[in-house]
Amino acid sequence: MTDIQIDINEVSKWYGPFQVLNRCSTKVGKGEVVVVCGPSGSGKSTLIKCVNGLEPFTQGAITVDGISVGDPKTNLPKLRARIGMVFQHFELFPHLTVMRNLVLAQIKVLGRSSGEAHENGMRLLDRVGLRDQAEKFPGELSGGQQQRVAIARALAMDPIAMLFDEPTSALDPEMIKEVLDVMVGLARDGMTMIVVTHEMGFARQVARRVVFMDKGEIVEDAPTEEFFGSPRSERAQMFLSKILQY
Amino acid sequence: MFANFDFDVIARSLRYLFFDGMTFTLILTALATAGGIVFGTMLALMRLSGFPLLAVPATGYVNLMRSVPLVLMIFWFYFLVPYIGQWLTGAERPIQVGYFTSSLVAFTLFEAAYFCEIMRAGIQSISRGQLAAAQALGMSYPQTMGYIVLPQAFRNMLPVLLTQTIILFQDTSLVYVLSITDFLGAASKVAQRDGRLVEMYLFAAVVYFVISFAASQGVRALSHRTAIIR
Repeated sequence: MTDIQIDINEVSKWYGPFQVLNRCSTKVGKGEVVVVCGPSGSGKSTLIKCVNGLEPFTQGAITVDGISVGDPKTNLPKLRARIGMVFQHFELFPHLTVMRNLVLAQIKVLGRSSGEAHENGMRLLDRVGLRDQAEKFPGELSGGQQQRVAIARALAMDPIAMLFDEPTSALDPEMIKEVLDVMVGLARDGMTMIVVTHEMGFARQVARRVVFMDKGEIVEDAPTEEFFGSPRSERAQMFLSKILQY
Repeated sequence: MFANFDFDVIARSLRYLFFDGMTFTLILTALATAGGIVFGTMLALMRLSGFPLLAVPATGYVNLMRSVPLVLMIFWFYFLVPYIGQWLTGAERPIQVGYFTSSLVAFTLFEAAYFCEIMRAGIQSISRGQLAAAQALGMSYPQTMGYIVLPQAFRNMLPVLLTQTIILFQDTSLVYVLSITDFLGAASKVAQRDGRLVEMYLFAAVVYFVISFAASQGVRALSHRTAIIR
């Protein structure tokens, strides 16, 4: 096994009496792509938001690159700056141009010079194929373009790992591919990625492992071929038969 | 019916009305708005902070200011500010700060309560996803507020903030209780000196109406322009 980049160990979380995560454990190695899937309300989004501390958890431990996320002594903003995150609803900053979206955190958080940040931003816009949109506002772009900008914004921080929270769920079908293409490219370049998605084609193509969650538990954590070939749990079989029906 | 009216009194006192009176009114409005928005935004952040130590005093302050008549505040600060000054500096006598400073303090503190509620609504109108995105990029709380939340909240609320400013502009006329020469004060002094009450108060009403109406039309036009495309 390669170096462990993200280690999720026996994590549980309650909202009042309701348990959303139940002793979840998994490890993600450097350069590994892991897809998390499962029915809605199964806790997948909550779990990946725990990885960069956007959601606090009640029990267990998560370490990213050896740093404990739940430790009160951890400088969370500093750790978050090293983990890229892409959201279902893009969450670009609507009052800033595309380029300002890309450079703001580079300058204010990483302390880069404006010139360096712009150069880096342009390089990444180029990579996601949106070089000519730099001066537009997010509201002037299509959903697929906005999500590619959001990926570029996360990459601009030179993250050690990327978290994707249902990155294509809010997109029209014809825009899903352009976003997935960017993500496939990232995976090929060896980025460590945790991707919450229902895009099983993407999972088959690039994921090394698939984690299946249901009712806050990790029910199955298997290499991709094994998961799609012969899922062991009944719940995963049912889930697959439902979403692969068409 | 206008036969007995002497509209010449207006022409004769224009310079006094606008140069002395309106200047005071506009400066007071501008400074109290600026101060009120800054202080009000701080109060709004305190109320939304989730720390009772900050939220409870801020909420108490807002409720107190909103339950007291403005005229009372103006009076109160006129008589109180000298004593606060004395207490702060340890001087032997109450420090005379003048009409302008005391009314500016009164309006700023009073309006801050209203601006607080406007900014609070503005901040709450920003989705949690925006906060999460800023935090995920490693921004600290002050950076998240300063670069992401407050600029959007301020823009969303700009029409309401300006409308409140128009109300403040009208409310500044209440300084007449301290016999200050604001626009209405100036008009009133001329009216009583020349015995031309109807003409002067009619003219003052027209001026307040024209300025307020024009400003509110301006706000409407502006709100179409500054809306953020989503």
